[in-house]
Amino acid sequence: MEMDRIDQIVDRYRAEPSALIQVLLDIQAMFHWLPTEALERVSRSLGVPMARIRHIATFYKAFSLAPRGRHEIHLCMGTACHVRGAPRVLDSLTEVTGIGPGETDLDLDFSLETVNCLGCCALGPVMEIDGKTHGKMSPARAAAVVESYK
Amino acid sequence: MSEIHMHIDGAQVLATEGMTVLEASRKAGISIPTLCHHEALKPFGGCRLCLVEAGLHGRKRLVVSCVYLAQDGLVVRTRSQRIDRIRKTLLELLLAHAPDSPQLQDLAVEYGASRGRFEKEPSFCIHCGLCVRYCDEVKGKGAIGFINRGFKKEISFIPRIAARECPTCKECFPLCPTSWLQAAFVLVEAFSFKQQKEVLSKST
Repeated sequence: MEMDRIDQIVDRYRAEPSALIQVLLDIQAMFHWLPTEALERVSRSLGVPMARIRHIATFYKAFSLAPRGRHEIHLCMGTACHVRGAPRVLDSLTEVTGIGPGETDLDLDFSLETVNCLGCCALGPVMEIDGKTHGKMSPARAAAVVESYK
Repeated sequence: MSEIHMHIDGAQVLATEGMTVLEASRKAGISIPTLCHHEALKPFGGCRLCLVEAGLHGRKRLVVSCVYLAQDGLVVRTRSQRIDRIRKTLLELLLAHAPDSPQLQDLAVEYGASRGRFEKEPSFCIHCGLCVRYCDEVKGKGAIGFINRGFKKEISFIPRIAARECPTCKECFPLCPTSWLQAAFVLVEAFSFKQQKEVLSKST
């Protein structure tokens, strides 16, 4: 674990305890998860008890206490996407990546997550990879998009 | 400090500024049921059982007395049909989680709450936060905290701190209204203390 990089993030916020969530978000973005050693480091340098950090890290879905893939796939399963065939897109994603919803593959390439609405139902079925929206997905097109990230 | 005159259940009660309605009532010998209140800890407002009717100039509304500050001229009622009905439902909801807690059962008898009204959901913890707050505020150790949110929220020991601090402390144990805390401790002890002690002995 490169503690220097954790320290750098903490310094960016001048070790301000109220910046805890920002610090955690930056660590999450850098490592794709929150390693315990990093959290203990943050706890010491910000002076925030570990219990509080864990409370926050488990409260928000943006944080993960287990390693996640480099690319985060969010597949919309909201009503509009659902009737337009999102379940079939999910099957195809599972086939290409080898992981189901909520899972991460062993190479740490992808994490797959289903969400309940991305807010752009006209584009359904919608998939988001690393924040980039891919609309009007079919099982074949979704597979092709994911392949391009490999 | 300025004095505050208020009426609680018809009696004249003298309070000082910064006092909560609950503290003022208890000082005047008027009891209000609580589960998450503790004198040594900051008000939490978690269990909502201490709710009372309070208001100025004849208007009244429901407030949670453990976090509501006393003010001059406030008229408070600690028991009424409305309050009893709400407390009864709150107790029934809590009883679905911890049906055999002695503290809950005593209150259930007083308010006529039945333990079978809601389907059993034996999580045992009623989220009063006494253990979490005691460890943080009084002991300053933070060996236990809440994790997750909503109906998945639960108490959780931090093995590294708990292995070092808890065996000689355990002061939070008698605070737990349901004994779930003790169970959680035994679990974390069984799962991780041996390993944590090895880590500790190596580092010293």
